[in-house]
Amino acid sequence: MTPQDTATGVLQNAAAEPARGAVARFLDSWPPTVLAALAWIGGMVFVALFADSLAPYPYTALDLRARLSPPVFIGGDWRHILGSDELGRDVLSRLIVSIRMSVLIAFGATVISAVLGTSLGLLAAHFRGRIEQVVLALVDFQASMPFLIIALSVLAFFGNALPLFIALMGFHGWERYARIARGLTIAANEQGYANAVRQLGAGAARIYGLHVLPNIASTLIVTMTLTFPEIILLESGLSFLGLGVQPPMTSLGNMVGYGREYITRAPWIMLSPATAIVLTTLSISLVGDWLRDRLDPTLR
Amino acid sequence: MLRYLLSRLLRAALTIVAVVTFAFVVLRLSGDPALLIMSVDAPPEAIEAFRAAWGLDRPLWEQYIRYFLQVAQGNLGQSMRDGRPALTVVLERVPETLALTLPAFATKLLIGIPAGVYAALNRNRLADRLTMVLSVAGFTVPSFVLALLLVLIFAVNLGWLPSGGAESWRHAILPVITLGLSGAAILARFTRSAMLEVLGQPYIRAASAKGLPWRRVITDHALPNAAIPTVTIIGFMVGSLVAGAVVVESVFSWPGVGRLLVVAVANRDLAIVQTILLLVAFTMVCANLVVDMLYGWIDPRLRTARTQGA
Repeated sequence: MTPQDTATGVLQNAAAEPARGAVARFLDSWPPTVLAALAWIGGMVFVALFADSLAPYPYTALDLRARLSPPVFIGGDWRHILGSDELGRDVLSRLIVSIRMSVLIAFGATVISAVLGTSLGLLAAHFRGRIEQVVLALVDFQASMPFLIIALSVLAFFGNALPLFIALMGFHGWERYARIARGLTIAANEQGYANAVRQLGAGAARIYGLHVLPNIASTLIVTMTLTFPEIILLESGLSFLGLGVQPPMTSLGNMVGYGREYITRAPWIMLSPATAIVLTTLSISLVGDWLRDRLDPTLR
Repeated sequence: MLRYLLSRLLRAALTIVAVVTFAFVVLRLSGDPALLIMSVDAPPEAIEAFRAAWGLDRPLWEQYIRYFLQVAQGNLGQSMRDGRPALTVVLERVPETLALTLPAFATKLLIGIPAGVYAALNRNRLADRLTMVLSVAGFTVPSFVLALLLVLIFAVNLGWLPSGGAESWRHAILPVITLGLSGAAILARFTRSAMLEVLGQPYIRAASAKGLPWRRVITDHALPNAAIPTVTIIGFMVGSLVAGAVVVESVFSWPGVGRLLVVAVANRDLAIVQTILLLVAFTMVCANLVVDMLYGWIDPRLRTARTQGA
């Protein structure tokens, strides 16, 4: 963009300003794509919270007379809106329960990862010296290995159980929080406010918990919007391979992996959870981008 | 420069040590390997013999050192399934995996970099918007979904390509596309933002102000500078390529290392899992070393700055 472009742009904006209504100004700070993404995320959370009341059937209920029945507008009927699988289980009900499982895992893992990484980052920034070196070495190690391979090895060695699986997913991405928390805390420690509180006699817990953390929180939240979709993709990938969430429990990746067997005869089994995964990760990424622009102009 | 390389080498060695330690710790934490591998109702003599053979009756630090020596000699245990050395079983599969990952890597570079540069040079035009939309799709669509969609379209509906197996080169097309496309999308996005950043620099304005043709400004000034951040991403891509291969090989029944890993994890064939873990670590370390050397080559500042700083 040349300077002239910018100048005319500014002039045009200035001229257009009084004529623009409240709606346009609202849409400026809340773009429609972001609104749609927020609505989708809200919907997912709603589904996850009320999965039991929303699902028309129990997710393991068989309906052997309606096996592999297609979704409602392509030859199916209203009893199975999104069709059914080869045991006659309702795809919509399984989808709802799967969404709950995937959201639960991603949420739990994101919290673990954020708490772990931020704590290690704060520790490194507070103590410096040897502790910092150890944390940085761990960060390097984590960043240099593809996490999927580490996760697979741990699953091979320890076997699979849901709490372990969530904890394992929580090890994804902690290194980013640690890096950011360390860097920002070191910077904050040199700024006036942290020093002022320290001079007033506040302890380390108070300085970091009440003063430094709120100041660096926006960057950490933006990092969460980056790791959350990655954890969903990781979980669904592992479950897709049959190494994540184990039957009879079900997750989105699980459904796709299972539906793959019926890709020729009943693609709907696999397409609806796949769509849910894509739209969810897409929505969170969009919201994340938007949040980053709003909260943290220094990042870009 | 030499000092820079040496520090990188030291770091690479440390990473390898960390991974071996990780494998050792995880292996020991997961319970008694003898019981795990032999099965609980094996005769006690057999379990004792196994313990002695693997040195499991020794103190932990001695086991750790022995473990290191074993790994250093390439002795990584036997596969549970056919009793052959794990290293042999894994290395047999490496060419198959390379047959997918190398063309996929080339696809990534050949699509991702030009698309990113083109998008940056035509910022906010249709081509740029389109590239960005595609690149967002590239990392929100998981590789297994992309793989299955490609199967659904090109194998099931159109019947042009096989949906799985590894009999001919035609079997490799869909897996390579799957692996290549998702990486290309990410690379395009990074290349674009690297280019945009460089194009906003004063030296670009200076170069065009002194009357250099725009094309020369791009090729001589913008591209070399934008290459620096891009190379970092390419280093990371090796990791995502390895992880992607695990999923893609499984979807397309491609007999490579990735599929072997999935089967080994499902069967808890620990020797195989551990071998692949170390192999991946080694690959990653080498990739990072190559990236570091590339840095030294494309970024002359690094050669002097690091030596002074270190």
